[in-house]
Amino acid sequence: MSFAKIPKSDQLISINYAPPKSAWMKTPVDFRSGTWSYSGVAKNLTYLDLPNPRAWQPADVDWKLPENWQAIILAGMKERLEKYRSFRLFMDVCVRCGACADKCHFYIGSGDPKNMPVLRAELLRSVYRRYFTMTGRLFGKLAGARDLTVDVLKEWFYYFHQCTECRRCSAFCPFGIDQAEITIIGRELLNLVGCNINWVIEPAANCFRTGNHLGIQPGGVKDMLEFLADDIEDRTGVRVEVPINKKGADILFVTPSGDYFADPGTYTCMGYLMLFHEIGLNYTFSTYASEGGNFGLFTSHEMVKRLNAKIYAEAKRLGVKWILGGECGHMWRVIHQYMDTMNGPAEFLSEPVSPITGTRFENAKSTKMVHIAEFTADLIQNGKIKLDPRRNDHLKITYHDSCNPARAMGLLEEPRYIIQNACNHFYEMAEDTIREKTLCCGAGAGLGNDENMETRMRGGMPRAMAVKQVKEKHDVNRLACICAIDRATLTSLMDYWVPGVKVMGVHELLANALIMKGEKERTTDLRGESLII
Amino acid sequence: MNLLISIIAILSLTLLAVGIALNQSLVYLLIVIIPYAIFVIFLAGFIYRVVKWWVTPVPFRIPTTCGQQKSLPWIKNNPVENPAGIAGVIMRMAQEIFLFRSLFRNTEVEIIDGRPVYGSAKWLWFFGLLFHWSLLIIVLRHLRFFVEPIAPWISTLSALDGFFEIGIPALYLSDAAILAGLTFLFLRRLVLTRVRYISLFTDYFSLLLIVAVVSTGLLMRHFFPTDLNQVKNVALGWITLAPVVPQGVSVVFYMHLCFVCALLAWFPASKLMHAGGIFMSPTRNLANSSRMKRHINLWNAPVKVHTYEEYEDEFRDKMKAAGLPVDKE
Repeated sequence: MSFAKIPKSDQLISINYAPPKSAWMKTPVDFRSGTWSYSGVAKNLTYLDLPNPRAWQPADVDWKLPENWQAIILAGMKERLEKYRSFRLFMDVCVRCGACADKCHFYIGSGDPKNMPVLRAELLRSVYRRYFTMTGRLFGKLAGARDLTVDVLKEWFYYFHQCTECRRCSAFCPFGIDQAEITIIGRELLNLVGCNINWVIEPAANCFRTGNHLGIQPGGVKDMLEFLADDIEDRTGVRVEVPINKKGADILFVTPSGDYFADPGTYTCMGYLMLFHEIGLNYTFSTYASEGGNFGLFTSHEMVKRLNAKIYAEAKRLGVKWILGGECGHMWRVIHQYMDTMNGPAEFLSEPVSPITGTRFENAKSTKMVHIAEFTADLIQNGKIKLDPRRNDHLKITYHDSCNPARAMGLLEEPRYIIQNACNHFYEMAEDTIREKTLCCGAGAGLGNDENMETRMRGGMPRAMAVKQVKEKHDVNRLACICAIDRATLTSLMDYWVPGVKVMGVHELLANALIMKGEKERTTDLRGESLII
Repeated sequence: MNLLISIIAILSLTLLAVGIALNQSLVYLLIVIIPYAIFVIFLAGFIYRVVKWWVTPVPFRIPTTCGQQKSLPWIKNNPVENPAGIAGVIMRMAQEIFLFRSLFRNTEVEIIDGRPVYGSAKWLWFFGLLFHWSLLIIVLRHLRFFVEPIAPWISTLSALDGFFEIGIPALYLSDAAILAGLTFLFLRRLVLTRVRYISLFTDYFSLLLIVAVVSTGLLMRHFFPTDLNQVKNVALGWITLAPVVPQGVSVVFYMHLCFVCALLAWFPASKLMHAGGIFMSPTRNLANSSRMKRHINLWNAPVKVHTYEEYEDEFRDKMKAAGLPVDKE
């Protein structure tokens, strides 16, 4: 991860919140290096049957749009206005009170007024007014309407890729206007004319073909999980099994591929393996449904459904009773708010019951998929696992609520319960930066690539500074989270803003403390760092 | 620029109002024809907008959750900010509509010592609430012109509103409050640079139009007294479908009426429709129960997926080589 091309953190923090002199409709977008992501590569678009595959880059003058691109976009808008009440309503009811303005991490970190959710939405609303409202047609600019031009399209592309769909603005809006909805639909429209970013489209294409974003083929999935099992044996002396594509298992376990592919997610994945071994869970991984995350959410609703379909399909093929999902943010937005509606009903599954505690997960009785934090919190509460929190005494933990589990689900206490039982030094960040007011990592929604580094560091600044505060106050050295994108991107964010703080999943913390039957005396944590007991 | 045009628009309306008031046949038009036309425009427009939202499907259950979900029985959930059922949703919506709950969360960010600090910023909430509640009370008070005899609750409301008996006639608290609210909302739009940057013509115009309605009303009550019996006759004439042109009422009354008509005509075409929209917002008016109970999307249609069979066909040899089970040998 290189920060060479972007300003140093002490320069980046001097943010100018004064808007430019020129009115926003007259201020063209500037594709400054470090603030945008590379375009989707043609072969990925082709693989997914997406329109207008071609070679182009956002900084190019000519975007090689189809001849009738305006007609395509306007028809797309019309269709979506008729399909989504959210979209139509959010186009209509904003009063521009500005309450959302300084709630967006990208605005806080950049000072760019078009990153105020209200103005980011106006980019689209102005076009809506021009073509779909009477006042806009009659009065044009006076009614806040403007023509759909190439410059407008470029502006959409730039700013809808400076939104991580985190929904923080929506918590503060008096009408609940959700910029995530507007960004999702804005990106859908851009996709209609082939404008998307490769960091989203390649994972989506990979996921469609190989079952996971990283394009890992079946043997690779197995190798990596076996490799983690070796590491576990090395640390604990216990050999855990790695069931894959096992028919007749009780539970299908689905987690983001980041968990078994790259540090520090791998330690979280080791945590899952150790926990499942210890409680004797009859479960299986799948190579076909080897991805919990869903980069379709950053493409279009249709793509969400296409990628998500394999989870239920695989659960049916393997004949499991229900599904357990790993730690991930936007994955859980999809599972919780979309999966059952899109690809259900899952009548071939049964209502989830923990085989260890007998607890019936009433809250998941229709979708039949349980969050691992719910599952584990229940295990701890019923005394089914033994934990030695002293094994985490070398860590001073703070906890980052991932946006989607916080604001699209309300999974706030379960992970905290696990953390409090697994360690002795846990410190919350400032009230305004956690729970439903949590701040984004700045690189979700497909923005976590290297070329976009300046935007990421700006967007992640508010989160990083909240961490810095607890670091200075309590010597915090570890940031726990329940999201695979967080584990990847917060790591760079900490290196840039708060060096010395490392990132971990909650189940890594748990596994450090987990007392396993037949284990050897533990002298290190899962990362091989010495314990101080 | 947007502000300037709005001021010009309001001034033109004022001139128009004065012009109408000074011309007997235009007054006839204003009293006998226009109110009905405006009423139809307002009602039909309002209903049209709301129905248009109403008939648009809600394909997904997307509440924004602002508290702990209902999951395990021993974890205390937040039944209002993260409602699991209809009762919670009603509570949540009531809080939003009557107390502006989400706006109460408002903070203001400032970079202090190289770090963003989130200060409390309840002013927008306070004055916003003040404005909307006093507007409601004022509208309700006006019902006394439309019913005869005056319903006791209206008299009580007016008496309470004028409780402090400052001046003659007594200054209504709601009048003072709405002025305070409007002044704050207007100044805020002017003074806060980022709010000024996002403000459109319609934002200023809506505010100024309400200012015009309120100030002509106040002028009439406190400085240019109008024969209230005449006014009541006009109002009763409207609702009995026998409109009468009043005698000897001041120009200010006609101006007030003109501005009210303009406001009502403007309402359905403008952002003021948030009054209807707030009830419809899918991030607020849905229970967070999507894993408990399947939400149905009416237009859910099949999509192209990559099936397991296709997957195994592509990777079968590799799966076998890795010792993974396959469905077809």
